[in-house]
Amino acid sequence: MADEEDEIILSELNDDELVLQMHDDLYDGLKDEISEGVNILLGRGWTPYDVLTKALVEGMRIVGIDFRDGILFVPEVLLAANAMKSGMHILRPLLAETGAPKQGKMVIGTVKGDIHDIGKNLVGMMMEGAGFDVVDLGINNPVENYIEAIEKEDADILGMSALLTTTMPYMKVVIDEMTAKGIRENYIVLVGGAPLNEEFGKAIGADAYCRDAAVAVETAKEFMEHRKHNQTA
Amino acid sequence: MTNALSRLLKTREWLMADGAIGTNLFAMGLEAGEPPELWNTDHPDRIRALHQGFVDAGSDIILTNSFGGTCYRLKLHNHQDRAFELNKTAAELARDVADRAQRPVIVAGSVGPTGEIFEPVGTLCMADAVTAFEEQIRGLMEGGADVIWAETISSEEEIIAIAQACANLDAPLCATLSFDTAGRTMMGITSTGYSGMQNGLPVRTVAYGANCGTGAPDLLRTVLGLSETVSSDAVIIAKSNAGIPKYVNGVIEYDGTPELMAQYACLARDAGARIIGGCCGTRPEHLRAMRAAMEAHTLAGRPSLDKIQACIGAFSSQDDGTGDVATAPKRERRGRRRA
Repeated sequence: MADEEDEIILSELNDDELVLQMHDDLYDGLKDEISEGVNILLGRGWTPYDVLTKALVEGMRIVGIDFRDGILFVPEVLLAANAMKSGMHILRPLLAETGAPKQGKMVIGTVKGDIHDIGKNLVGMMMEGAGFDVVDLGINNPVENYIEAIEKEDADILGMSALLTTTMPYMKVVIDEMTAKGIRENYIVLVGGAPLNEEFGKAIGADAYCRDAAVAVETAKEFMEHRKHNQTA
Repeated sequence: MTNALSRLLKTREWLMADGAIGTNLFAMGLEAGEPPELWNTDHPDRIRALHQGFVDAGSDIILTNSFGGTCYRLKLHNHQDRAFELNKTAAELARDVADRAQRPVIVAGSVGPTGEIFEPVGTLCMADAVTAFEEQIRGLMEGGADVIWAETISSEEEIIAIAQACANLDAPLCATLSFDTAGRTMMGITSTGYSGMQNGLPVRTVAYGANCGTGAPDLLRTVLGLSETVSSDAVIIAKSNAGIPKYVNGVIEYDGTPELMAQYACLARDAGARIIGGCCGTRPEHLRAMRAAMEAHTLAGRPSLDKIQACIGAFSSQDDGTGDVATAPKRERRGRRRA
């Protein structure tokens, strides 16, 4: 553990240092420290939205980069996501009260016939960690589940996961149904799962294939920026 | 060490394991989403036929149809109460086929991941995991399994839980991980890291290695890592997928040919594996080609990474997290923390 002289008292740091420290604490998955940091910033008059984006989302972005680059692995990322959640727990009601802009909403689920869920759960946690609202449909979802959920939840993004070669083609069934209903263009469709690849994502008409949870978050952000830009244009 | 696998390993340089259970059962009519384990009681004839196909193709070891047989996986289908029964039946079916063979065939009781994430990150505690694995392993052993065979595991905690359950029940253990994330498991274990874990497990494995993952070249690179630093009596397992899945005209197929798998099998021998088989996409025709090639093969010494790529194709990632890369500088931290 740290020497006494290394001891850091969060409340004694100025805003810039505290935010950097919170990025480190997220990286280390320290949830009590994250809650404390969020409360300190709010106490100093920060808007909930600024705390979310500058301290938490930016910290998780760094975690995502190191996950993508093979420096961090799933257990560390999950710990970081848990720490993020403790901060979000404080911020969520405040964000709603202040009508802060939203990152976006994702409906995610494993496709019909497929019962694998670890990868999907990871993506869900990382997306929440990046500030997105996530609605998790669980495993073994028929096309109706997806369509109903994206419409009811007014989602921006549909995420589909499959780990079996026999269930991957079902993603196309869902996308085809969206197209038939004339709602395909209303949503960003992201697909993932161990046996998939970019070629497959293109072949079935998804917006993107995401290799891992970190890529899913980056891709979702990119598409959301584009989408917001188009909506305000 | 009085288990049948250890005894057979004393008389043979190498043994051939079997091929895919899941992808072959789908070809036999298993509906996607249906748990394969239910076929042990609903269609025992088809499970026997699958095992028989592998034995006829030359497999010395067959794995039971019980990969998703912990209560945690069965719970997804509301069959969590049938864990013991489905595992016992799985072992009985394989035992029956093995005992009818004209040569010794080992029945290995397949144990797959719970699908849960362990504390503190997830919610599964070690004690509950050990209890769940004990229930499955008790069923497999009572049904006549010679050894327990953990496969496609990615977390250290889960391997420890399975090994603890085996230690508690005095069941011999073989254990393979899936190194599918740039040479590491999903949870970050490297090949050399897994070798290093062996001495610390609650029970000594009879054999350990790699299965599934991302194609034969990657799996061979992993085998090289596994066999790099181990003692000479360690038995390494290689069970590669038959290539990688390709999407062609709406259907997905593994692209590995029997010829490719035969080359992979010989390279796996050269890399130090003594138990060689296939995972997803591996059919009896692949196994026949592998067996014939291994019987004709003269050991050629550890293949270089270049040789592996030249023979059976490129790796999916530049490195596999072992060697110099493992000590690459980590992110620079700010000052440090309160105690």
